[in-house]
Amino acid sequence: MARRNDGSPNTPDRVGTDGHAEVERFHDPGLPPHRPRLADKDPRAAKRAEKQVAILFLISIVGTILFFVGYFAIEIDEPGSSDLRLQNLLLGLGTAFAMFGIGIGIVHWAKTLMPDHEVVESRKPVTKESERAEAEQILGDIIEETGIKRRPLIRNTMLVAMILAPFPAIAIFRDLGPLPGDVLRHTMWDEGVRLTLDPTGTPIRASDVTIGSAVHVIPEGLNEAEHKLEEKAKAVVLLMRLNPEDLSPSEGREDWGYEGIVAYSKICTHVGCPVALYEQQTHHLLCPCHQSTFDLTQECKVIFGPAVRPLPQLPITVDAEGYLVAQSDFTEPVGPSFWERG
Amino acid sequence: MSTSTAPYEPKTNVGRITNYVDQRVGGSGMVREFGRKVFPDHWTFMFGEVALYSFVILLLSGTFLTFFFDPSMAETHYDGSYVPLKGVEMSMAYASSLDISFDIRGGLFMRQVHHWSALLFVAAMSVHMLRVFFTGAFRKPRELNWVVGATLLILGLAEGFTGYSLPDDLLSGNGLRIIDGVIKSIPIVGTYISFFLFGGEFPGTVIIPRLYVLHILLIPAFILLMIAIHLFMVVVHKHTQFAGPGRTNNNVVGFPVGPVYAAKAGGFFFIVFGVVALMAGMFTINPIWNYGPYDPSPISAGTQPDWYIGFVDGALRLMPGVWEFVIFGYTLSLNVLLPALVPAGILFALLFLWPWLEAWVTKDKREHHLLDRPRNAPTRTAIGVAGVIYYCVLWAAASSDLIATHFSISLNDVIYWLRALFILGPIIGFVVSKRIALALQRKDREIALHGRETGRIVRLPHGEFIEVHEPLDKYKQYKLVNFESHDVLPAQPNAEGKITKTEKARGLLSRIFFEDRVAPASPAEIRAAHAHGHGEVEGEREKKAEVSGH
Repeated sequence: MARRNDGSPNTPDRVGTDGHAEVERFHDPGLPPHRPRLADKDPRAAKRAEKQVAILFLISIVGTILFFVGYFAIEIDEPGSSDLRLQNLLLGLGTAFAMFGIGIGIVHWAKTLMPDHEVVESRKPVTKESERAEAEQILGDIIEETGIKRRPLIRNTMLVAMILAPFPAIAIFRDLGPLPGDVLRHTMWDEGVRLTLDPTGTPIRASDVTIGSAVHVIPEGLNEAEHKLEEKAKAVVLLMRLNPEDLSPSEGREDWGYEGIVAYSKICTHVGCPVALYEQQTHHLLCPCHQSTFDLTQECKVIFGPAVRPLPQLPITVDAEGYLVAQSDFTEPVGPSFWERG
Repeated sequence: MSTSTAPYEPKTNVGRITNYVDQRVGGSGMVREFGRKVFPDHWTFMFGEVALYSFVILLLSGTFLTFFFDPSMAETHYDGSYVPLKGVEMSMAYASSLDISFDIRGGLFMRQVHHWSALLFVAAMSVHMLRVFFTGAFRKPRELNWVVGATLLILGLAEGFTGYSLPDDLLSGNGLRIIDGVIKSIPIVGTYISFFLFGGEFPGTVIIPRLYVLHILLIPAFILLMIAIHLFMVVVHKHTQFAGPGRTNNNVVGFPVGPVYAAKAGGFFFIVFGVVALMAGMFTINPIWNYGPYDPSPISAGTQPDWYIGFVDGALRLMPGVWEFVIFGYTLSLNVLLPALVPAGILFALLFLWPWLEAWVTKDKREHHLLDRPRNAPTRTAIGVAGVIYYCVLWAAASSDLIATHFSISLNDVIYWLRALFILGPIIGFVVSKRIALALQRKDREIALHGRETGRIVRLPHGEFIEVHEPLDKYKQYKLVNFESHDVLPAQPNAEGKITKTEKARGLLSRIFFEDRVAPASPAEIRAAHAHGHGEVEGEREKKAEVSGH
């Protein structure tokens, strides 16, 4: 078994000998001798350092003035123009010089002119044994005087009371928000709701969607909806047109598109970013947040990235006037998974 | 009331004021206690100062911003002077952020000061923690202060994220949406937490004001409290110092607070402020006017979170799309939950527990006020390096798309490589850095025993060539030999003479930690090296025998 220094906490001077049978210390040569600085030996060097410090403080004063010049003298005709950039630059440079002047000046002063003799101070123990004993005695007396140990009835009822008392403080936050209910399962889409352009809300004719194009779509009436952003966060759709032979719809979904036009939820099934990048050649949809990649020709199956579920498809058709409309709402909840989703 | 001695009569005006205060708050005692308190000096001790100072700058610039920022999600049409967004529908929060940038003079500057110093705050805390870790400053009696520091880092992340979200621009809105998606993946309560946090469905109209209260009141108050505790404990423990001649576990060697340390540290505040001001004046940060107001439909490609959130975002990106289960009609989305919680959870759990873990393995219960050079604790250093690599791989993953576009390589390959590195990187880092630390220790040992190689070749009378080694001066030598090095401590039987399972595990860890340790040179070894057939008087020739390094 190796001998160790783990006995008392105050054997710090034993050096580098763990595991050796003999404990022998190196002799501590003590602090190296002080080396005088230029300014310690030469009064002219000291005078020079004094001037340097003063010049640094003067630079700070110039910096402060520069700030005021930038603040008051620059007229900004048009924001976003070079005026604003110039003003910002002057404020920055002014403040920087004002601060650097003071900071470097003081540090230079300390390093050249203030004493640089290192001082030795001894450490005191964090706690003294005599104090600890006294504190133990005092705490013991206090507990004794409360009588809490002798009166378990008081102790137990108090404990229960104190455990229960904070619960109202938690319960009172109940109205932070409504219960989820089933709002996550429904969007504004419904039978006959027209597909319209995001953000203008103009209806889209099937004949206007060319092959290879991708259109950002919102349901008709979204811009007038009461909870516009909340509805939009669920209802946004990407509309794309491919050669119909590139699509291979599964059973039951053959008629969810219209002549190669298909609509998919734009909300990523991973954590909900908009899947906004469409690679026209490969027919892949890419989420810019975490790079989940969905293959449009395989009904938006995930082919790369952290998402698991395919993007939900919105069944669409055309109405009598040739405008694209939804056949129904999405058949499953859109967006990221949640516990009750099932 | 009577006193036997004549009361002190101040003679100058300053004296009178000082005496007035002293008699009411007892300033003399404080001056006596702290006026000449000694602080050791080392350049690595400044990172904590940078963190503290950038927090002060955050308070100053943040207070300015609160006078103009309106944390409301009420709809408005922009009517400020930035032409491209005129008439655009947006929240009051975003509109007032634009006003701060364009219509309040110096507002843009203050916003940029605030953002840059926030980035610096978290960075400085992180580097400070690395310094404390690699030098072993977390050991007894400073374990609790280490925990306070780790808590400050978490609070800093929370403060950063809540602030990042406030302008309600497109970038931060999408960030919030990611948070919402992560929250929804929490089993059982996730949907409820999401609805409570956002006051209903995402995005709702309450999240910005709620984050605002957290950002300007609750979290800063906690940070201030933690800083107070942190600094109080620094005073109680006194600062650590590197080992060296004259510097022992029982003393503190350095400069007194008044005047040198106060001047250096105080001056350093202005330097930090100057650096932040320079950055704020010259480099744009978070140009919210380019992103537009939050809208759930658009998104810009290649967007990045603030750096300190990157490692969580990177974890989300690295996770393969697997492990989403539906059990009894409920969805368990481990593809989101796992990367969001586990890597950060492991990191912080190890951070918090490390002081006790190490003390358990070494069975070292002594107080340590002397810092280790990282090479002198090779296993700790290697574990730290492994942790840094683990973090950096996650961090790099947050920029996977930018790495791919910048270097024109496949995005998928970037992810595959980073996934491999996530597992292999820390292992390689551990092995390599441990070997480097051990090699450096061997080098130190060689130098301590045989002196410095001078490169001067001398031919001896009998024809032999030797390289002259120059002995070290006593101060340098003391620095190289005077350190503690733990040895393997095999499992110990307890009072009943039994070796428990945990003790066996500890013994195993102790072996892994220290079996290949390099022991510091002992005085006897140095004497032996010097006595190798040549006395000190022979000067240069004394190193003859060391040429081949026996």
